[in-house]
Amino acid sequence: MSHLTDLPVWAAIIVCGLAVLGALVALIGSVGLLRFTSFYERLHAPTLATSGGVLMICTASIICFAVLQSRWVFHEILIIVFVVVTTPVTLMLLGQAALYRDRVEEKRGVPLKQRPPREEPAE
Amino acid sequence: MRTWFPYPLLSVGLLLIWLLLNQSVAPGTFIMGTVLATGLGWVTLKLGLVRSHPRRMLLIVRFGFAVALDVIRSNIAVIAVILRGQRRPPNSGFLTIDLDLDDENALALLACVMTATPGTAWLEYDRHRKSLLFHVLDMENEDVWLDTVRRYETALKEIFG
Repeated sequence: MSHLTDLPVWAAIIVCGLAVLGALVALIGSVGLLRFTSFYERLHAPTLATSGGVLMICTASIICFAVLQSRWVFHEILIIVFVVVTTPVTLMLLGQAALYRDRVEEKRGVPLKQRPPREEPAE
Repeated sequence: MRTWFPYPLLSVGLLLIWLLLNQSVAPGTFIMGTVLATGLGWVTLKLGLVRSHPRRMLLIVRFGFAVALDVIRSNIAVIAVILRGQRRPPNSGFLTIDLDLDDENALALLACVMTATPGTAWLEYDRHRKSLLFHVLDMENEDVWLDTVRRYETALKEIFG
């Protein structure tokens, strides 16, 4: 990793700032996972890492390697795209499973399954 | 043209991804990418996906910027809620909204946007009622969240309209 010392100071500051900030956001997301009390609140915390964290760390990586190789580097954008596209799949799955479990257990404060329109015409 | 590229946008996207992954635009990479894009386009045809026609590039770009701003704002809001900690626990809750989106791809995009925004989590979409149940972390004002989703819905309707 000695070639990293070739990075000019201005770029090093930006790259370090973004990488540390992104890592911090991901850490705060994990802290949130620990601190929140209900399952549905916990669904929100990891998305910090998959939006803000990934965005900043990938931007840092783009800037770092673009400056080092003095050409445009774009393939980190693919990481952002894939993470953004695939997160809803797992989050929806978890959300639906939790919703199903809570409805079966008849927990309070959980919205009930809506009836089909023909059984309940006016609401 | 349609027989060779049943999903033109998908094929172009696949080619772009291939070029980005290889980080080169050499003729060899280009040919390999084109072959893959065409082949995978045919495979996708077998899956029988719903076809939709996104229009008006300018609107898409504007929507992207609006979403990016919302994601940043929501990131900061959720960080504030977490750091605030036990002193003031978040006032979270469920919200239901009736959507008027028929296009499945528009719905998928809406799901991506709402998941990428840390403050909101997509829970359940009822196809028959066309209503969406979602969870909001900090419900200071219900109308703000409903307005946000409503705004996304109008934008997506214009794009996929």
